[in-house]
Amino acid sequence: MEEREVKSIIEAMLFVWGDPLSIKLIADTLNLAPEFIRKCLIDLKKEYEMHDKGIQIIEVNNSFQLCTNNKHFEYIQKLCTPPQNKGLTQAALEVLAIIAYNQPITRPEIEGIRGVKSDKAINTLIEKELIIEKGRLEKTGRPILYGTTDGFLKSFGLNNLKELPNIDEFESLDFTDK
Amino acid sequence: MAYNVKLEVFEGPFDLLFHLIEKSKVDIYNIPIADIAEQYIQYIEDLKKFDLEVTSEFLVMAATLIEIKSKMLLPNKQEEQIEMELCDEDPRKDLVKRLIEYKKYKNIALTLKDREEVYTKIFYKQPEQFDGFINNHEKEIEDLEIEDLINAFNHLLEKRKKLSKSSINLKEIKRDEITIEDKIDQIKNFFKEHISLAFEELFANPFDRNEIVVTFLALLELIKLKFIVVQQNKIFGNIIVKRNIISNEV
Repeated sequence: MEEREVKSIIEAMLFVWGDPLSIKLIADTLNLAPEFIRKCLIDLKKEYEMHDKGIQIIEVNNSFQLCTNNKHFEYIQKLCTPPQNKGLTQAALEVLAIIAYNQPITRPEIEGIRGVKSDKAINTLIEKELIIEKGRLEKTGRPILYGTTDGFLKSFGLNNLKELPNIDEFESLDFTDK
Repeated sequence: MAYNVKLEVFEGPFDLLFHLIEKSKVDIYNIPIADIAEQYIQYIEDLKKFDLEVTSEFLVMAATLIEIKSKMLLPNKQEEQIEMELCDEDPRKDLVKRLIEYKKYKNIALTLKDREEVYTKIFYKQPEQFDGFINNHEKEIEDLEIEDLINAFNHLLEKRKKLSKSSINLKEIKRDEITIEDKIDQIKNFFKEHISLAFEELFANPFDRNEIVVTFLALLELIKLKFIVVQQNKIFGNIIVKRNIISNEV
């Protein structure tokens, strides 16, 4: 099969699937090597970017998904008034940041860093499927360990956790600077 | 004289402390603790005045500040520490460490917020509806009697019996038994990367009675949730478990 054809098939599959589609599933379906599929996907992604399309391809944890280009938000909003997605509160964002960099982490550890109770923020994040229980710590009370989900990566445009901004860069920030 | 007091909401004692430090334009490594403690306590007093709830965390911090203040008043080599670098004896050391740690995440939260703003402007399409299409060649769940599932299940139990007879009968006490929720997650995860699997494969490894029951219940739950469909291509054929394409759950 020619590469062009493979890309074309993959494009159709992404369109139909809607959800993030894993390289493995595409490779199994086409009976081709995953490395080759990855290359096709990356090429396809670049093609969309190069031609400044209204649709883009994003990668989340070895899966790919079609979505709209955020540049066009204003017009989509005019067209169909999408449900207002209220952003996260400062508290929820802080908790999310702590979990993202320290997962798996327990609630008391999160509260230790923030110096304040954080159960409400944690519940919001669970409801929004940005974090999930990743098991329990084998010590008294068996506290729940929290970690981030693929939904978290998607919501913040990250391919994987390694793409999180380097934490050390945040340490040297000027404190008198708001 | 009418005068307005605007009280900002703080995310916790560290947040308030930062606000005070920033407002006073002082060096984080050299906090004039007496001054900051006073401002901090004043703020708590204001909250009380306006009948706002002062949570325990704020009071704990107030106590900590007073404790540090009193320690610093003790004549402890103070002359040498006029330029007070943060050395081990500095009672502020621990507080500063925690403040810096907290500030780090506060800054990251800001970055996340920026990213969130961009990525909430992206839309995704719902997965296609394929119901009509799928049923063409294969039997759907409606054609599959519950008996078929039970038979398959009995078959498995038989197999397990044979297996356990041939091995030494040891009783094992397990601490963590797998829950239906865990199993549901496991199966869901499996279907992230696979389209289908044979019913028997689901029970391939565990020959623990509890896990077999849990797997079976998880399977029924997922059928109910329409996450998977169960198909049998011919009578007495293998039962195939498939991810339900109509489901938009991943």
